[in-house]
Amino acid sequence: MIKVEGLTRTYGSYTAVDDVSFECQPGRVTGFLGPNGAGKSTTMRIIVGLTPPTKGTATVKGVHYHDLPNPGRTVGVLLDASAQHDGRTGREVLALGAMTMGLPMSRVDEMLHLVSLSPSEAKRRIRNYSLGMRQRLGIAHALLGDPEILILDEPANGLDPAGIRWMRGLLKQYADRGGTVLLSSHLLHEVELIADEMILIGKGKIVAQGDRKALMAHNTKVEALVTSLDNAALADALTAKGISVAAAGEGLRVAAEPVEVGRTAVEHHIVLTDLRSGEGGLEDLFLQLTADTQREGAVA
Amino acid sequence: MTTQPHAPVQAAPRATVSGIPFGRLLSVEFRKSWNTRSGFWLLFTIGALVLVAELIAAIVTAVQDVDDVNLGTFATVAGVITQLLLPTLGILLVTSEWSQRTAMVTFALEPRRSRVIQAKLVVSLVWTAITVIFALAMGAVFNLLYGAINGSISWSGGAGVVGFIITQAIAMLIGFAFAALLLNSPAALVVYVAYLFVLPTILGIGSALMDWFKSFADWIGFSQAQQPLYDGFWNMSGSEWGKLIVSGCIWLGIPLAFGLRRILRAEVK
Repeated sequence: MIKVEGLTRTYGSYTAVDDVSFECQPGRVTGFLGPNGAGKSTTMRIIVGLTPPTKGTATVKGVHYHDLPNPGRTVGVLLDASAQHDGRTGREVLALGAMTMGLPMSRVDEMLHLVSLSPSEAKRRIRNYSLGMRQRLGIAHALLGDPEILILDEPANGLDPAGIRWMRGLLKQYADRGGTVLLSSHLLHEVELIADEMILIGKGKIVAQGDRKALMAHNTKVEALVTSLDNAALADALTAKGISVAAAGEGLRVAAEPVEVGRTAVEHHIVLTDLRSGEGGLEDLFLQLTADTQREGAVA
Repeated sequence: MTTQPHAPVQAAPRATVSGIPFGRLLSVEFRKSWNTRSGFWLLFTIGALVLVAELIAAIVTAVQDVDDVNLGTFATVAGVITQLLLPTLGILLVTSEWSQRTAMVTFALEPRRSRVIQAKLVVSLVWTAITVIFALAMGAVFNLLYGAINGSISWSGGAGVVGFIITQAIAMLIGFAFAALLLNSPAALVVYVAYLFVLPTILGIGSALMDWFKSFADWIGFSQAQQPLYDGFWNMSGSEWGKLIVSGCIWLGIPLAFGLRRILRAEVK
């Protein structure tokens, strides 16, 4: 549904997006993940034709966004919830969108109800909205034209925990009905919970993509954390097998698969009290893959 | 704010998707011109100031017993106000999309940017027409009032009225052009005010000091070149037409061309 091929965007000598290619399929939520300034928003702006690419193409339903006759009816876009006129009421923002797309005004009320903005809130001007309310209004605007595709940049920003859960349900349901969702975030946990497919981007380049299983295969770090009734004996036994062992808190950090540690313990009749994989899941992988692009330097 | 975890997404009635007709863009842009707080009060201010100016003009001319008062007089008075405020409206119509960043939404809904700009241009001319009609109606009322007080009423000054309509449309277009070129409300306003008040002064001083500059200034001073319009464009000489066209290209044609090019190509973020 969304197809991006060899997309590159440079600003002078700075490359914001570097040879990015991916596809978003109907019925799936695709999460676009990366640290601040990784090129997520630039890529999304290129897809909807707001930023011209330096190289490469982006198509929606097989055509350039520019060639969609009434794009709001096909693609729902929320790029920045703050990009609304401060002096306009929330209701007017949706009314303008509905007018442009040629929708009945009843659709405005439906959408306000859907995102739980009350009639009195909808009559207030945007300058008095919290970020969470702007985000809800932005989501309402994106859904206005009942599009088949949703492109949302950081939609969870500013939403309260209940709001984030509500949005997850909404997007999941939307994808289950056959919709295509591309959403970006720097909040890994949020995306991990709903995304069927994930694209990890750092410094404008895709560092990994695929479903959760495929991504975890990238994790080359083999490590186990173990605690036993006789840590010294276990350490000796593992060292004798040529496996490096280091003390970590109450237990040991072992450079081997948990299964290997368990086997060694059985062989030497040592009782284990705790054994788990030392790989920290997606977050570790994410930090590891984007380590050189993180602002905080070496975090992984 | 209550949260419904699984509120169903209701489908909008889906017709076969066709393009957005120009008339729809036009009504959307027209609505945008008054549905913000700043837009609404600007329009209100234009109306109120025109009313006040016409009232003052009627009182002053009646009290001082000015002789040749006619409809054209009142049109000229309104023109002083509107030549500053109408372009402000035109400027905000364009620049607010960039300063408030609504261009991201506008151009996502209609990626054929030139159509949106055309709609905005038409809307700015519609507002010019509305203002001109309002000013003339006020002028007619006060002209009647003046006639009632003074005993003589003159509906002449038709050339002044035509000149008023043309110059207001030009003023609006210049504001629009500066806005498109600069895409920034304060900058466009400052440049417009400088064009309106500072430029004629500089050209005047230059002409007074240097003889050769006088003939040069005539060809670049757009405000002066528009003066003959108030005496009826049908009475203008070839040289006056030439000066109007040359200075018009400099202050309207070139900024508008570059401004439109900029909007069509700019990155929207």
